[in-house]
Amino acid sequence: MTTALLKQPTQTLAVRKPNRSFVHGLLSNKKALTGMAVMLVFIALALLAPVLFPGDPSRITAMASLEPSAEHWLGTTAKGQDVLALTVHGSRSSLFVGLTVGFASTFIGILVGLASAYFGKFIDEALSLATNVFLLLPGLPLLVILAAFLPPGLGTVILVLVVTGWAGSARVLRSQALSIRSKDFVAAAVVSGERAGRIMFREILPNMASIVMGTLLACVIYGIGAQAGLEFLGLGDVSTVSWGNNLFWAGNEGALLTGSWWVFIPSGVCIALVAFALALINYAVDEVTNPRLRKIKTPKNTERSASK
Amino acid sequence: MRFILRRLGFYLIAFWASITLNFLLPRFMPGDPVSRMFARSQDRMQPEQIEALRKLLGVDDRPLLEQYTDYLHNIFTGQMGVSISRFPTPVTEVISSQIGWTLLLGGTALVIAAVAGNLLGILAAWRRGGAIDSALPPLLVFIGSFPYFWLAMGALYLFGVVLNWFPIRHAFTDGLEPGFTWEFIGDAGAHLVLPALTIVLVSVGGWMLGMRNTMIATNSEDYITMAEAKGLRPGRIMLRYAARNAMLPSVTSFGMGLGFVVGGALLTEVVFAYPGVGYQLLNAVQGLDYPLMQGLFLTITAAVLLANFLVDILYVRLDPRVRSN
Repeated sequence: MTTALLKQPTQTLAVRKPNRSFVHGLLSNKKALTGMAVMLVFIALALLAPVLFPGDPSRITAMASLEPSAEHWLGTTAKGQDVLALTVHGSRSSLFVGLTVGFASTFIGILVGLASAYFGKFIDEALSLATNVFLLLPGLPLLVILAAFLPPGLGTVILVLVVTGWAGSARVLRSQALSIRSKDFVAAAVVSGERAGRIMFREILPNMASIVMGTLLACVIYGIGAQAGLEFLGLGDVSTVSWGNNLFWAGNEGALLTGSWWVFIPSGVCIALVAFALALINYAVDEVTNPRLRKIKTPKNTERSASK
Repeated sequence: MRFILRRLGFYLIAFWASITLNFLLPRFMPGDPVSRMFARSQDRMQPEQIEALRKLLGVDDRPLLEQYTDYLHNIFTGQMGVSISRFPTPVTEVISSQIGWTLLLGGTALVIAAVAGNLLGILAAWRRGGAIDSALPPLLVFIGSFPYFWLAMGALYLFGVVLNWFPIRHAFTDGLEPGFTWEFIGDAGAHLVLPALTIVLVSVGGWMLGMRNTMIATNSEDYITMAEAKGLRPGRIMLRYAARNAMLPSVTSFGMGLGFVVGGALLTEVVFAYPGVGYQLLNAVQGLDYPLMQGLFLTITAAVLLANFLVDILYVRLDPRVRSN
């Protein structure tokens, strides 16, 4: 949020250059590195799932409700499916939906936020009104209702999550775009007669990179979590294998009441690890761009950062 | 006053949008909800009721505008039709018997999480780099990363099934007569612990981090330095000077949190089979009980909007800057 403020003292030219110190700061940030490492592991698992566990992961291969053992590392479900295979294959759908929802809702957020900030007046009023209404409508009940009326399937899940998820990013991006809109170099671009689209996407947007990244990460976290919730309620496509569906079946087959803890723990932990990794990257982005939040390390920095 | 009127206008528009959404959804979605419902309800429904349902859900042949005005009229006179899954109870009756449990669960969880989270945030910011500040935020963020229905399942398994400390289903023991007796209140309280605990666990981190970050900004203000120079007690500076001024964003979050109370406890309610509106909404969806579904969605939306409006009014009292705007 304060990126623009921090860069203000430098020359306007410097503001417009892609920020190399940002990437560097991110790569030397421990939180960011941990988060990225965890994400890479999960992405690798998702890509390699068909190699590691060939065939349909939901086919029945063993006795029902076996405890974890050398043969089935994470045990089996009440149907006799291998939990590890289900978990590894589940990452495919969960990461895919999370990333798709994240990118799509950030994209809508960018369009709405930039248009709102750039055009102002009536367009801003109308778009802000729509944004605020969508922010206020209770998300989860709306998700449930939409999912109930639409035919079940992956497309529906993605559509529903984007519809309920774009507003938050639009609001954040609008306020950031507004502060950049009022900068001199934007005014200069307007006076020199550049097209609106060019000003929005070539002049304003590059200066919002860190905020866009922050909202993107938040949207992906939202997408993964909300998909899991929706599927846990049985409102997704129950025939696909995903972390949310694994939990739905675990609940449906009474894994809790029979004490088969190994059936519901893996998928939940995976969701949490992915969300935590993304949150770590997100905090790192904040820390790199906002010195106030940085950990106090050397006494030299302490006075400055604590008092200003 | 102008500010409040403007906000009121906004909430009216938001409510109109949700009413209209509710109206349009069954009309533009594929399939015929009434036939599906009829197939489910076997012989309980009479032909004239089906006709009434068709009207309610707009599967009849009248022009859309006429249906819309009819629909609006019905909503503002409180006629939301009859529940199918609990035929022939009116939708309004089903909802009013359940919203209390949701408010109890969500309200308890919200208040505990907000108070605890804000206090922790204040302490963390006041002693920056101290034990609370370095250990708690990452831990709470990690806990907050778990889907909260999953934490609910974990709590149910650990404290309910394995340790058997708390009941695992419903809001009170079956067969107990609801009323203001000690026995009933104690029983309902015991049923409340696990669901409320899981919501608190997931949400407390957000409160804490929000408060911490505003407090850090507030701590560097001149009036804090001034207060320190005057030699006031640190506890007084922390609470009366710094925290009080850092509270404002928390008030807004509280408004948002109130929205979460009504709609967001849904998954927790489902895990614990807690008889609130969220659990009922899922039942309505599974039972293809469209009138109940729509009624619940409208009630939840109206409650969220009302709560936010009340917080807006409170905000004007707390922050004079809003008034001049």
